[in-house]
Amino acid sequence: MEDSIYTLEFEKPLRELVKQLHTLETLSEESNVDVAEEIDAIEAKIERMKADIYSNLTAWQRVQLSRHPKRPYSLDYIERIFTDFEELHGDRRFREDAAIVGGPAFLDGEPVMVIGQQKGRNTRENLKRNFGCPHPEGYRKAMRLMGMAEKFKMPIITLIDTPGAYPGIGAEERHVAEAIAVNIRDMSALKVPIISIVIGEGGSGGALGIAVADEVMILENGYYSVISPEGCAAILWKDRAAAPKAAEALKFSPQHLAKFGVVDAIITEPMGGAHRDYDAAAAALKAAINKSLAKLNKKSVAKLLEDRYQRFRNLGEFAEAG
Amino acid sequence: MALFGKPQYSTVTVKKKDIPKDLWTKCPKTGEIIYNRVLKENLMVVPSSGYHFPLDGRTRIASLVDEGSFEEMDQGVSSLDPLEFNATASYPEKLKANQAKTKETDTVISGMGTMGGLPVSLAVMDFRFMAASLGSAAGEKLTRAIERGLEKKCPVIIVCASGGARMQEGILSLMQMAKTSQALARLSEAGLPYFSILTNPTMAGVMASFASLGDVIIAEPEALIGFAGPRVIKETTQQDLPEGFQTSEFLLDRGLVDMIVPRGEMRDRVINLLKAFCANTAKTA
Repeated sequence: MEDSIYTLEFEKPLRELVKQLHTLETLSEESNVDVAEEIDAIEAKIERMKADIYSNLTAWQRVQLSRHPKRPYSLDYIERIFTDFEELHGDRRFREDAAIVGGPAFLDGEPVMVIGQQKGRNTRENLKRNFGCPHPEGYRKAMRLMGMAEKFKMPIITLIDTPGAYPGIGAEERHVAEAIAVNIRDMSALKVPIISIVIGEGGSGGALGIAVADEVMILENGYYSVISPEGCAAILWKDRAAAPKAAEALKFSPQHLAKFGVVDAIITEPMGGAHRDYDAAAAALKAAINKSLAKLNKKSVAKLLEDRYQRFRNLGEFAEAG
Repeated sequence: MALFGKPQYSTVTVKKKDIPKDLWTKCPKTGEIIYNRVLKENLMVVPSSGYHFPLDGRTRIASLVDEGSFEEMDQGVSSLDPLEFNATASYPEKLKANQAKTKETDTVISGMGTMGGLPVSLAVMDFRFMAASLGSAAGEKLTRAIERGLEKKCPVIIVCASGGARMQEGILSLMQMAKTSQALARLSEAGLPYFSILTNPTMAGVMASFASLGDVIIAEPEALIGFAGPRVIKETTQQDLPEGFQTSEFLLDRGLVDMIVPRGEMRDRVINLLKAFCANTAKTA
C-alpha cells in the first residue's frame, strides 16, 4: 500500500492526502461517479508536496530518514553494486562480529575489498547485527581485511552506517578504543585507494574507525557527527527530547560537512529517500564510487598517501596569533 | 591552635571536591583533611592515601622535564567557533570563561624540553580547560608536537586527559582523532618512540585515538580510562558494572596498559624508558 510508506512524523500531510486519494478511488469504484478530475488534482498536490517537503528537510528530519527502518543497508548495496561478493568472517582473536561485514567482490570486473557496517531489518536480525553497533572484533576484522586488500593490491570501499561503537562491558574489556585508534592510524598508511561512503548514520568514532579514506562521500540523507543528537541534547539541554535542536546546532548536514572539507561529495538519493528505490540509490552510489576510483587509480602510491595525509591534516579551524 | 580549628569552617568539601581551594582539601578516598601546601608540594597527590588530584598543565610539565629546559611552542594557536555553536551558552563565551579561569588559551600546552638530558617533544592536556575536550586547536597543537618529534628525530610524550570530543566543534572535533593518529603512523614508521601517559580521566575520542597508540602506555593510579562513559554503558546494557571498571588497575589487569606509575615516580620511570628506547635510535639517527 502506497500510504504505508509515509511513516515519519513530518510525512503526515502526505499520509493524509494519500488517504483522501484512496477514499475518492473507492467512492468512484462503488458509485460509478466520475471523480477523475479530483483524483488528478490530489495526485498533483501530492507531487508538489513531496517536492516541497523533501527539498526542505531539517537536520532532524534527515536523521529520521537516515534511520528509516526500510532504508537500504550495506548488504543491499553490496548485492546491487558488486558481483561475486565472498563474505569473510572473524578477527582471528576472539570472535565474529556481524555488525561489520566484509570481503572481496568485483566492481565491473575489477577486484575490490568491500567492508560495511550492517544493521538488522527485524528483531532477530538485530540481535545478530547488534543494531549496527560494532564490538572491537568488528574493527579488528575490518583492519584484517584491509591489510589483505593492501597485500593483494585491491582498492578498499567502506560503507558507513552505525549509531556508534557498542558501549558495553565486554567492548571495554577488549579495548574498543584501541581497536578504533589502530584502525584510524593504520588506514592512513595503507598503500591502496580507500573510498568511504556514509550511507546512513555516521556515528562518531564508531564511524571513523573504518572511514579514514582518500575520498569520503555521503548520501544526501545521511549524517556524520561527533555525537548523536540525542547524546548532545542530554548533555547540553539535559533532555534527550531536545535532539532536533542539537541536530541543528551540530551542523552535520551534508552541505556543512562539504563546507568543512569532511566530505568530498554528496550523493543524491531518490525523492523521499533511498528506501523508495533501492536500485536507483545503488546506481547513484555505484556511479560515485566509479568516478572516485577512476581519479584515485591514476595516483602513484606516494601521491595517494601524501594526499590522504594532507586531506586530514587540514581539517579543523583555529586561530593563530603572532 | 588555629591550625587545628580551621577544618570545621572549611567549605571545600561541599561541591567542587576535585578542585582544592582555600587552605584545606578533603581526600575523596579517605575523607582525610590535607593542608593545600602539602598537597601542592606533593604534585597534588594525597601523601597517605595516594589519591591523585588533577594537576595543572604547567606544574605537570615542570614535574617531568629537566629544570629550565622547556621551551613552549605554538602558544598562539587558539580555538575558533566554526559551527557558530549556540546551545545553552555560546561557545566563544565558554572559551573566554575557561581562559580566564585557567590563564591558558586552550587545553594543550606543548613544546620541546629535555628529560634526563634527552630531548623530547612534550604535550600535556589540562583537564581544567573545558574538561580537556579535543577541539581543532588542541588537535593542531598535538599534531605539530608529533610532527616536531619527526622533524627533530626525538621521542614524543603526550600526557593525556580528556572528557572526549569538543562537541561545540562538531565533526571537526572528530577529525582531530584522524589528524593526530595519522601523524603517529609517520612517527612510528620513522622508528621514533611515543609514550602516552593516561591521567584521570582519559575517555572517548581521545582514548580512541592518540591516547591508545603509545609504544608504551603508562597510567596514573586509579584514573578513569575508557571509551564509553560508565553511565552510558549502564543505561545501554542494564548491567551492573564490575568492581573497579575502567580504572587504571582494571586496564592493567586486562592487559590494556603497560604500567601504572604514581605521579611522584613518573619522571624517573619515563627517563628510564627513554634511555632504553633511544639508545640505539640515537646511534642510527
